[in-house]
Amino acid sequence: MATTVQPVEQQNYLNSNYGIKSWLLTTDHKRIGLLYLMSITLFFFLGGFFAMLIRLELLTPASDLMQSDNYNKVFTMHGIIMVFLFLIPSIPAVLGNFLVPLMVGAKDLAFPKINLASWYLFMLGGVVALYGMVTGGVDTGWTFYTPFSTTYSNTNVVTVAIGVFITGFSSIFTGLNIMVTVHRMRAPGMTWGRLPLFIWSHYATSVIMVLGTPVIAITLLLVALERLFHIGIFNSQLGGDPLLFQHLFWFYSHPAVYIMILPSMAVISEIVACYSRKRIFGYNFVALASVAIAVFGFLVWAHHMFVAGISVYAAMIFSLLSFLVAIPSAVKVFNWTATLYKGSVHFDTPMLYAFGFIGLFTIGGLTGLFLASIGIDVHVHDTYFVVAHFHYIMVGGAVMGYLGGLHFWWPKISGRLYPEGWAKLSALLIFVGFNVTFFPQFLLGYLGMPRRYAAYPEEFQVLNVLSTAGASILAVGYVLPMIYFVWSLRYGKIAGPNPWNAAGLEWRTSSPPPTYNFEETPIVTWEAYNYDEISEEKGVEVAG
Amino acid sequence: MEQQRETAAFGMWLFLVTEIMFFGGMFCAYLVYRVSYFDAFVAGSQKMNITLGALNTAVLICSSVTMVLGVHAAKTNRRRATVLFLLLTIMLGLVFLGIKAVEYHEHWIAGEFPGPNFHFDGPDPRHTQLFFSLYFAMTGLHALHMIIGICVVGTIAYFAWKGHYSSEFHTPVEITGLYWHFVDVVWIYLFPLLYLISHKH
Repeated sequence: MATTVQPVEQQNYLNSNYGIKSWLLTTDHKRIGLLYLMSITLFFFLGGFFAMLIRLELLTPASDLMQSDNYNKVFTMHGIIMVFLFLIPSIPAVLGNFLVPLMVGAKDLAFPKINLASWYLFMLGGVVALYGMVTGGVDTGWTFYTPFSTTYSNTNVVTVAIGVFITGFSSIFTGLNIMVTVHRMRAPGMTWGRLPLFIWSHYATSVIMVLGTPVIAITLLLVALERLFHIGIFNSQLGGDPLLFQHLFWFYSHPAVYIMILPSMAVISEIVACYSRKRIFGYNFVALASVAIAVFGFLVWAHHMFVAGISVYAAMIFSLLSFLVAIPSAVKVFNWTATLYKGSVHFDTPMLYAFGFIGLFTIGGLTGLFLASIGIDVHVHDTYFVVAHFHYIMVGGAVMGYLGGLHFWWPKISGRLYPEGWAKLSALLIFVGFNVTFFPQFLLGYLGMPRRYAAYPEEFQVLNVLSTAGASILAVGYVLPMIYFVWSLRYGKIAGPNPWNAAGLEWRTSSPPPTYNFEETPIVTWEAYNYDEISEEKGVEVAG
Repeated sequence: MEQQRETAAFGMWLFLVTEIMFFGGMFCAYLVYRVSYFDAFVAGSQKMNITLGALNTAVLICSSVTMVLGVHAAKTNRRRATVLFLLLTIMLGLVFLGIKAVEYHEHWIAGEFPGPNFHFDGPDPRHTQLFFSLYFAMTGLHALHMIIGICVVGTIAYFAWKGHYSSEFHTPVEITGLYWHFVDVVWIYLFPLLYLISHKH
């Protein structure tokens, strides 16, 4: 590592104040990002614990570790925790919070107090949802489908739904803050065309958060009202229609997939450019692809309902629209690949995650096209094929991007370098473990194993054992970074302001940054990813 | 200062967009169901008390006027007028909620609240029940927004009385005004959709 070491301990956002109050009442976006980091790490391992229970149960064909009703609760809690309490806030609320003001050259987000409030809402929602889970659980699946959720389930649907409802508002606040910040807080000279692609992607994500989240909020509220007051908007006995629930639910929950994947794409754009030492290929196309994904994402929701009784014409149109999402997604993948071409490629840990992301996202995206075509969807609907597909997107895509980003900006966040060898090992373990876990599930689903059952025919056992073995490797891969990140806080090498010799305003301030980010407001006169100029200026080749 | 004001207003407008999406789900459900079960929805709609509904519309429009006057008073450094107009706004909001409560009571007495005790003589009582489910959900949520609005305006009135606002700094009054007008506008859509649309001449 070619780094400039600064032995002098300078004033920064971490050491400016130490008391517990200075954290719990902070309005510093960087500290709030760290509060989110700690909370969602907790939720991630809790959700992972439920995932391990699922995989253990599925080691054997019989339902022996748990009975069906407990199994229903376990996969429901895995889904709810991972989707609403980990994936949705993961990159926007941790890295987005930390980096958006730094990248646009602002002192903080536009509404620091609302930012803090969003963390408290998130924690409140998380605690309410966990309370519902501890005192009886919930067994509707993370989708809360009616009429089961409104009429038949005897579990704590209302409590958990209210928990999710509350966390929804934290997500709205985060999105609102990012949008307003990007519009109004950019440093002088930071035009829209000079914004890092990280910002473009987060902007697109925020649009979805702001437009989509209220719809699931009202939907879950109506479910709760149906259970509490017996009004019947989704209840066919009272004249309502369960299908309406599915429409409203997926109107948010399909775009929510893009809330998870767009920020990951944001991270990958930064990493690929930095470790190829090149301006990203087709900046405008990558930027607009983010916006296009956000827009198309709102028009495809009914592809979750092909077998739910929508009309053939509606199904055909939604199938066609779903195929359209592939275009901006492919634009991104091709542009990242083209950036590598004739680049000076370095295989540092973040880049390993980026490669992992590109490969796994491509598999996840292409199998999404299988599911978007009506005939194949009817065949594999509600099977492990679907489970494998969305885990390739949400774990192979979103989590790889999240971990890649965490490694890339860890020196900025903590001021210290992580141990490169261990980090490479964990990236490798995660990639291998992930594929061993989820690739067999494509086969299982194609052979007809339905999701959400605790028991299965014996012929599926080999692939299930393989999947559980992969999950164990994956678990080791996820625990390692937590250990060495904590270790590096104390023993890691001092990073210096720009250990990767990267472009971007966030690297022009010290690591960790001072409380108000920049000693003086930067004035931007260059385009994003000006790596050719950087290498000339410094005259050093960045280590790989 | 000017940039801060514009930033805050921009944030409020974005929040109102989320509110539109929040109510939008129910408006969408209402329109779809009304097309599907037209007769039942007409029958339900004719049970609405148009007199009280119209009165409430007038009350809300007046409250928007007092809100505007309150914002204007804050901009022109008139502290007592600001407090007075904000308090008038709160009062009109409470009158609205009172009249709404009378209407709810009437429906409750008539057995028109959805659920096991629902009772309705008409062509398609099951779907008229759906109309009332939507009626209570939509107006109930609107009423909840009114209650939140009254609390916020109350807080703003308190700070105005303490002299926090001036012609230089009145952003909170202004963005609270935006929220209040939004809640009024929701009612401006609810009233014709629920009350007037099936009115017999």
